Amino acid sequence: MSPAAYLRCGAGILTREALRFVNQRGRFISALVRPLVWLVIFASGFRFVLGVSIIPPYETYIPYQVYIAPGLIAMIQLFNGMQSSLSMVYDREMGNMRTLLISPLPRWYLLTCKLAAGALISIPLAYAFLGIAWFWEVEPPLWGYLAALPALLLSGIMLGALGLALSSLIRQLENFAGVMNFVIFPMFFASSALYPLWRVKEGGLPLYYVSQANPFTHAVELIRYALYLEVDWVSLAVVAGCSLLFLMLAILGYDPGRGMLARKGGGE
Amino acid sequence: MSPALSVSGLSHAFGERLALDNVNFTVQPGDFTVLLGLNGAGKSTLFALATHLYHNRSGAIEIFGFDIRKSPSQALRRMGVVFQQPTLDLDLSVEQNLRYHCALHGMAKSRAKARIDAELERLQLTERRRDKTRQLSGGLRRRVELARALLHEPDLLLLDEPTVGLDIASRAFLLDHVRTLCTERRLAVLWATHLIDEAGPESRLVVLHKGKVRADGPVPEVTAAVQADTLSAAFHKLTGDQP
Repeated sequence: MSPAAYLRCGAGILTREALRFVNQRGRFISALVRPLVWLVIFASGFRFVLGVSIIPPYETYIPYQVYIAPGLIAMIQLFNGMQSSLSMVYDREMGNMRTLLISPLPRWYLLTCKLAAGALISIPLAYAFLGIAWFWEVEPPLWGYLAALPALLLSGIMLGALGLALSSLIRQLENFAGVMNFVIFPMFFASSALYPLWRVKEGGLPLYYVSQANPFTHAVELIRYALYLEVDWVSLAVVAGCSLLFLMLAILGYDPGRGMLARKGGGE
Repeated sequence: MSPALSVSGLSHAFGERLALDNVNFTVQPGDFTVLLGLNGAGKSTLFALATHLYHNRSGAIEIFGFDIRKSPSQALRRMGVVFQQPTLDLDLSVEQNLRYHCALHGMAKSRAKARIDAELERLQLTERRRDKTRQLSGGLRRRVELARALLHEPDLLLLDEPTVGLDIASRAFLLDHVRTLCTERRLAVLWATHLIDEAGPESRLVVLHKGKVRADGPVPEVTAAVQADTLSAAFHKLTGDQP
């Protein structure tokens, strides 16, 4: 296969994912409503309960909704990644996944394209959220919107890769509820999305260590720092490393010789 | 010349359960070969292995001499597949589904367009090209899946229970169309089914039962070998299944 064939295949996968997304308007709206409910209702209710001290990258006291905005963007990407994972499980049951897997291009390439397409789709959502959040005093510097783009791409890839790795382990749709309970909620709540880690530390050291080890925390911090034109190098390294690790797990999961499909017979 | 499809010494198990047991047969270019077996005979496992969904435990599957495990890319590009489960994206139009397939095969835009036009025309779907596949009947969806499987001009076509759930007219259309392709284009076809009447007298037949090949050859030879008057009687004799 020529390099042009690889490019055409990648473009085709991206186009298909984008068309699916555009055609499922409900998915777009619910993906936006979820974080907005948190921003508008949850943050309003808690803004006076949780005092926030001056913490980097912020240079002054900030309202609570400004603090949680990056966490909510990462939440959009977390749900998007898991929804892509749901679509893989659904696809596999419906047979669409098999259409992808009978392409003559290497499987690792197909899965990477599918992952990149999912990450790219989460970006317009993140900006739509930021656009609306501006009316709730979430006003990062203008250049911050641009600086956040690579951070969003990388965090989208990491969370998508996690979803992809999980999808190779899930055989039945019912088990996605398990993913919600055992992956999405623990990752979101045991992170710096809703409260700064120094507050968590005051609450209890074990949770603090869990939150620090949580890759989602680093996705949130990467986005938070980028929005305010800074780089959190530790988070950048963690997010990049986890992206690679999760992608490798996903490729192993879909390997015809090693994955779950081979052991249990996904084609039956 | 290598056969279009060669299955030799193929066995596969899921845990303790042996799904395929030393399966051997070949499909030559221009052959319309019916893989006949009841539900659970191992047909879908054979398709999953032949389409590289997962690896076989022992034996080999070769497509025009290319081993599916060692050279999956060479093997897959020569193969078109219609799966038993519906595999169209119902939120996309007929044309979008077809374009997606062309992209997955790395086809250039101009070639993709020409091939999509040709297959839609051949399968009488041109007027429905902009319709969402959700709006199509089961028979038309199957036709779109057949068109899609043929877009990259494969020399081997695998179809897994393609007529399940279709009415008589749609079944006849698909069968006629695929048989014509065998004659006109020397396309090699493996048509898996549990419906005995889909194997015409001119077909080659492979009877698969409980993971084993019970008969392999032209239909008249298979019936003669078990001294049966009809294919239906022969099938019941071969599988021990009561009519």
